[in-house]
Amino acid sequence: MAPGDPVIRLASDHSLLVVFGETIAPAHHRAVVRLTARLLERRPEWLRDVHPAYATVLVCHDPLRIEATAAAEAVRRLWAEAAEAPEPPERVVEIPVRYGGVHGPDLADVAAHCGLSEAEVIRRHAAGDYRVYFLGFSPGFPYLGGLDEALATPRLATPRRRVPAGSVAIGGQQTGVYPVASPGGWRIIGRTPRRLFDPERTPPAELAMGDRVRFTPVDEAAFVAAAGGETAP
Amino acid sequence: MSRVRILEGGFLTTVQDLGRSGWAHLGVPAAGAADAVSLRLGNRLCGNADGAPALELTLVGGAFAFEGPAQIALTGADFTATLDGRPAPMWAALAVAPGQVLQLGPARSGTRGYLCIRGGFAVPALLGSAATHLLIGLGGLAGRPLRKGDTLATGPAAAADAGPPRCVSPDVLARLFPAGPLRATAGPQAHFFGRATLDVFFSSPWRVRESSDRMGIRLAGPALERRRPDELLTEGVSAGAVQVPRDGQPIVLHVEHPTTGGYPKIAHVIAADGHRLGQLRPREEIRFEPVAPERAVALLREQTALLDTAIREAE
Repeated sequence: MAPGDPVIRLASDHSLLVVFGETIAPAHHRAVVRLTARLLERRPEWLRDVHPAYATVLVCHDPLRIEATAAAEAVRRLWAEAAEAPEPPERVVEIPVRYGGVHGPDLADVAAHCGLSEAEVIRRHAAGDYRVYFLGFSPGFPYLGGLDEALATPRLATPRRRVPAGSVAIGGQQTGVYPVASPGGWRIIGRTPRRLFDPERTPPAELAMGDRVRFTPVDEAAFVAAAGGETAP
Repeated sequence: MSRVRILEGGFLTTVQDLGRSGWAHLGVPAAGAADAVSLRLGNRLCGNADGAPALELTLVGGAFAFEGPAQIALTGADFTATLDGRPAPMWAALAVAPGQVLQLGPARSGTRGYLCIRGGFAVPALLGSAATHLLIGLGGLAGRPLRKGDTLATGPAAAADAGPPRCVSPDVLARLFPAGPLRATAGPQAHFFGRATLDVFFSSPWRVRESSDRMGIRLAGPALERRRPDELLTEGVSAGAVQVPRDGQPIVLHVEHPTTGGYPKIAHVIAADGHRLGQLRPREEIRFEPVAPERAVALLREQTALLDTAIREAE
């Protein structure tokens, strides 16, 4: 096994956990992006689903079509191919955000927790250069790395039953955007008018793992104009 | 083509099929029938493909009026169905005349029933599936449960001829829904828990909490202690995973689970028992039994073969 090769563990009778590491690190993440891309490009007939995360890829296989050991072998081969492929091009995606007010009901709490003014929270959040580690939790939800440590705020003690689509939020050391309305426990500091997930669009998710993300503060007029009356309620 | 009008929506009735697999990398969970074996059998009784969209009923059935002739099948939990007041058989193909009303009461055993119809229910497929994902309002009929006044059309039938009347063999059915513990393989973080904790997990009775839903079966029992206190980095999870949050009370991930999670997984319910999770009742007591992964796959093969012998011509 070459350095950088993953450890593959059986996660269930129909899935393998491909482990590149146990920490959030750029090298592990690059490996996850590469293997995921290769799996999805090839889509072997036994492959059911691919769940990339920070440092692991869960590969779900059809156990009636392939044995786990053979699936692990196939994943190793795809990894060997992926490791040699050229680095995929990097995309930068700008996401307009209306911070605070009705769109960011927790901005004041985040500011108080961090000992900063609301304006400073906005400035620091919008100054960040974020990377999409993976999409998970709910459709199109980006796990973003790169939050200013000064903005880290614990999650709500009781999650909201419904967080509106487009909500930009901070949860612990992480920040993200809720692309569809769902329950959620992160602190909402703003909202984007952009629809980050639309099942009728190809591809359905606006963001992809590996993308770089920048948040741009916009005023109410720009928010309304960009939403075009179409923001999900 | 026929139409079905919802007179009463029941407790929680949704359009489901076998789910939208292949989109987990975008954070899209599969959803689909909580008891896929019952859905498959119902569809086969109607001469449909296994994954034709059907109605999934939960705990209390509802009432449905048929605006045209239809061929239906009721599978899964027993909701004491009647058609125009007369008992309607389950696990059998059933011809319905225009104007007839199907009434379904509370589930007598199990939790979920399936109303399958020849041609399937015609709802637009999103990402290749008609399955309703309730939490995020995706799929099915506007992503929501059915309610009084809704109408659903049926799709074109797969074959011109419905063939002879069919039913599910009771012997095969009993083997498809074995009593006894849910079988599980070791989870990817079984090493986070000591041997003693694994013994507690596999030897204790667990009570199904009333807060259980299509996202997860929440269990109550002895607190499962961890040997390793470290946080687990969020990673991919699939249905059947038994995750253990800080309070030590396990949650078995179900069809609407998030695609990733950060709790260690002590075990994983085998694929061949996945459909049994959909029939667990609130407050029911369950147990788990450890099996080797090879045995789990053999059981899935057996189940697939059983499904192919389940349906016979009615006498």
